[in-house]
Amino acid sequence: MRAARPAEDDRMDQTADARDAVAGLIGNYTVPDGVADEMIGPDGRVRPVWQPFIERFAQLAPDDIARRFARGDRYLRDAGVFFRQSTGDGPADRDWPLSHLPVILDETEWLGIADGLVQRCEVLEQVLADLYGPGWLVREGMLPPELVAGNPGWLRPLVGERPPSGRFLHFVAFELGRAPDGSWFVLGDRTEAPSGAGFALENRVATMRVFSEPFGHQSIHRLAGFFRAFRSALERSATSLDGRMGILTPGLGTETYFEHAYIARYLGLMLLEGEDLTVVDGRVMVRTVAGLKPVSVLWRRLDSAFADPLELDERSALGTPGLVRALRDGNVCMANALGAGLVQSRAFLAFLPRIARYLTGESLKLPNLATWWCGQARERDYVAANLERMMVGDAMSQDLPFEADGAQLIAGRFRDGRTVDPAAWVQAQKGAVVGQEAVTLSTTPVYADGALHARPVMLRVFAARTNAGWKVMPGGYARIGGSADATALALRRGGRVADVWIVSDRELERETLTDSSGPFRRAKDSLLPARAADNLLWLGRYVERAETMVRLLRAYHLRLAETGRTDDLRVARIDAHLRRLGVPRDVSTPGAVTTALDAAIRAASKVRDRFSIDGWVALETLRHDIVEEVEAVQAGDEAARALSQFLRGSAGFAGLVHDNMYRFVGWRFLSIGRALERALSMVRTLRDFAAPDAPEGCYDIAIEMGDSVMTHRRRYQIETNRNTVIDLLALDNRNPRSVRFQVAQIHAMAAELPGAEENGALSPVMRAAMRIDTRLATAEPAEMDGRALDALARDLTDLSEKITATWLV
Amino acid sequence: MRYDLTLEIGYDYGAPAPALRTVLRVMPRQLAGEQNVEAAHLQVTPEPEEIAHRADFFGNPVTDMGFQVPVTALSARITARVERLSRPLQLDLSPGLSGLAAEVAGHRGLTADAPHHFLADSPRVPSDDAIERFTRDSLDPGMTALGAVRAVGHALNAHMRFDAGATDVNTPPPEAFAAGHGVCQDFTHVMIAGLRAVGVPAGYVSGFLRTTPPPGQKRLQGADAMHAWVRAWCGAELGWIEYDPTNDLMVGTDHIVVAVGRDYSDVAPVRGAVRLSGGQASRHSVDLVPLDA
Repeated sequence: MRAARPAEDDRMDQTADARDAVAGLIGNYTVPDGVADEMIGPDGRVRPVWQPFIERFAQLAPDDIARRFARGDRYLRDAGVFFRQSTGDGPADRDWPLSHLPVILDETEWLGIADGLVQRCEVLEQVLADLYGPGWLVREGMLPPELVAGNPGWLRPLVGERPPSGRFLHFVAFELGRAPDGSWFVLGDRTEAPSGAGFALENRVATMRVFSEPFGHQSIHRLAGFFRAFRSALERSATSLDGRMGILTPGLGTETYFEHAYIARYLGLMLLEGEDLTVVDGRVMVRTVAGLKPVSVLWRRLDSAFADPLELDERSALGTPGLVRALRDGNVCMANALGAGLVQSRAFLAFLPRIARYLTGESLKLPNLATWWCGQARERDYVAANLERMMVGDAMSQDLPFEADGAQLIAGRFRDGRTVDPAAWVQAQKGAVVGQEAVTLSTTPVYADGALHARPVMLRVFAARTNAGWKVMPGGYARIGGSADATALALRRGGRVADVWIVSDRELERETLTDSSGPFRRAKDSLLPARAADNLLWLGRYVERAETMVRLLRAYHLRLAETGRTDDLRVARIDAHLRRLGVPRDVSTPGAVTTALDAAIRAASKVRDRFSIDGWVALETLRHDIVEEVEAVQAGDEAARALSQFLRGSAGFAGLVHDNMYRFVGWRFLSIGRALERALSMVRTLRDFAAPDAPEGCYDIAIEMGDSVMTHRRRYQIETNRNTVIDLLALDNRNPRSVRFQVAQIHAMAAELPGAEENGALSPVMRAAMRIDTRLATAEPAEMDGRALDALARDLTDLSEKITATWLV
Repeated sequence: MRYDLTLEIGYDYGAPAPALRTVLRVMPRQLAGEQNVEAAHLQVTPEPEEIAHRADFFGNPVTDMGFQVPVTALSARITARVERLSRPLQLDLSPGLSGLAAEVAGHRGLTADAPHHFLADSPRVPSDDAIERFTRDSLDPGMTALGAVRAVGHALNAHMRFDAGATDVNTPPPEAFAAGHGVCQDFTHVMIAGLRAVGVPAGYVSGFLRTTPPPGQKRLQGADAMHAWVRAWCGAELGWIEYDPTNDLMVGTDHIVVAVGRDYSDVAPVRGAVRLSGGQASRHSVDLVPLDA
């Protein structure tokens, strides 16, 4: 172990206090022997590029540090950034594990890394073009044929097909580590569907909140320019002028879904799942609420094999039948091309150095993880003889050897505890496995318990093909081990993540995502996929459903508090009504409310790219409150009060949605969903509580359900009777809780949606809404008996089905 | 031997299937020196809005179809006249199994006929210890590759019982092997797994079998539907040979080839017609009548 010393101080302005503060901060910082450190240079002193940061950080009082870290964490929580963890019981979300200190790299060193990565991108592109094209590399003996022919990543339906954009790779990531001698090397290439760029952006925003003034930001390279250049290259590679650009995601089930939604929102791309797309005449079309619209660029975050069940993995339920056909016809640019993951197979690292020389005449500027393919006798013997410094695992795997399910054999020990002889096992496995050097990574400081600690770090960096060639993002996504053990790097086993700062010695220009030089132009209105519209509609319905249940529960508890008797006739009627809605008998547990809110949150998660962060937070708060506040209280008065509290919260959610959500197509579906649910539940309420045989006091319950106690008192100078209740809650077009008001809302919304009229004739939805409205406008309260209410419920259900048929399938 | 072929396939959907896309591999394949397709005709009802013909990686004829109007029933009728040429009996010039490995390694390039495609696990044929043990037990030391193929096929035919109702199209080969029964697809998959385990490149052939046997001979198993058998690579000299484990014989002029691949997933006659929901029924019938008999 070696201890760190402060930098040689040759500046006059540094006070003795500042020197002491730095010494105090790093005095106990120890770097393991034989390991490079990011902050401490080979001379044992703080690297110059870290010096200004460390000086400022050392000046911060512990409570200031805590406050700053909390600010970053709060940003991430509010932005809804979380880490989805795969556990034995399915996915679980946990807080985003930001290590608040950035990893800082000098611009000059970075330029060298970037240069090496650009070379690597070009080599990988050529390798793919050959393996999906003429096949010289195999024929010339540069690659063993079985590494291609037996590789699940080599997709035969794509062999011989030149990608429509002419390129296989558009966006690539690399895992980098720093060797003990201080040089950088590549641990793995990520060409299939690399994730992390969006997380890097979020880490940047959070870290900047933590290190606001007095930390200077002027010399940190910004990330926006990189994304702008990539977006504009995607636009240029579009195969047609009218086509849209989208991100193709596997959907909510994937660990990185949040990132897909974030990047889609950030770059203004549609977030698309396989089922949103269909192929017609060799063109990829997205099903939108305005019909089928062409898509010309897909940034693919879905694994290739799942992209098309017709020609690739037949079991895939995530793909789009015919997608390969559309590629064959040259009608969509896919970034990256299907099958691009082939070159990230581990075994390729064993051959890439030689291939690079063969293809380009140059050696790789950045070496990669030393790898031996055990299909060759000499290499196999070497691996078997040096197991203590090897990770041995599946040769064709596209995962990194140190990830959770990576190598099977590490340093001569089987991960699953098998006791067979490892050397004999390697000899028997032959070409199925590779040995990879068990690398030592560099360390970087993390802050804990008032001090800095050295932890192993690995960087994920990103390269994009732009109109001016490959460009490397000046920053990255650092993954930091939870302990000093380098194999603990896998994030899912307790590691942390951090921002990466590339720092220049000069002030840099500010960059933003939008190019401010051109004239102002409003972006094309984005299209709403039918599936997203469906989720928004159901979000509206579920939130309203939860609210209805809460109103009923409150009415129940108020009556219970008043009489103290569960056999009160009104209490019994509410109970019966609740059970018809699926709420269990023990109404003190609002399980059905939670179920409805969970469904609302699920629907909202599927439209994260279109749903505001505030709306999301409000929804999660509602869910939290119903569990924490309502479940714990006593039946009766206390419960009624807690439920009223909930209703105020839910009014807050509605306010957010209605005041802040842009009046666009998506908002209309959300509102239609709310109106439909509200209309249906009001009809059901009237059926039970405004029935002629309802026990005394039930009319008041109906009015309470309609939140119309004051209005009723003002409007009707007579005692509550069935006609006044029906008039106010079903027929009155000025009461925002009445059935007629909801139908008018739906009618107004539908009129603004595509296809409201077809060739001058009203669409079926418009006709149905208008018919219900006319019926309600002309009805006398007395006519609205049980039979009429049942008919009204059927008409509303029919309207709902017509809405689905028109826009949502 | 010349044949008239008729294949009918049909699907009835419980609910109309919207935006249906299907890929067919049902047309007999032209094979220089082995099989000559004199005429072939495909008729699909309803008529698809999109239809295109191409060859896949392995050179099999493929038909891509797309329907824009929801489909409640789909049927395809294939009629063809095909000549299957008899291959002269060859001397067994194949190497032993260790020599075969060297010949595989010496084969460079990844064209469709390269042995390299047919050694690794494939989507529907995983390696299986029980099948490997069974295969090794059926071999004698010093066997040639061709001898090994025949020995394994013969042993498997004796071990497994033909049973049209015991398995379905998705039964994994290890399961069919463990149960000891199945249809041609199961026999073929199990034999492929066994041959690969001992280093013999092996693939899947889909096709047809003559419906009526020559006078005085037994009717072959699997003639009522599309059939499947094994092709194995027996070295640079002998190349690919075909073996029908369901009927325990070297493939001759009774078999008409439609498609070859690593396993069923590469050659499935119809892909995309089966819907995940909505319910459906399917029909399938074959007639392969010799003209000269």
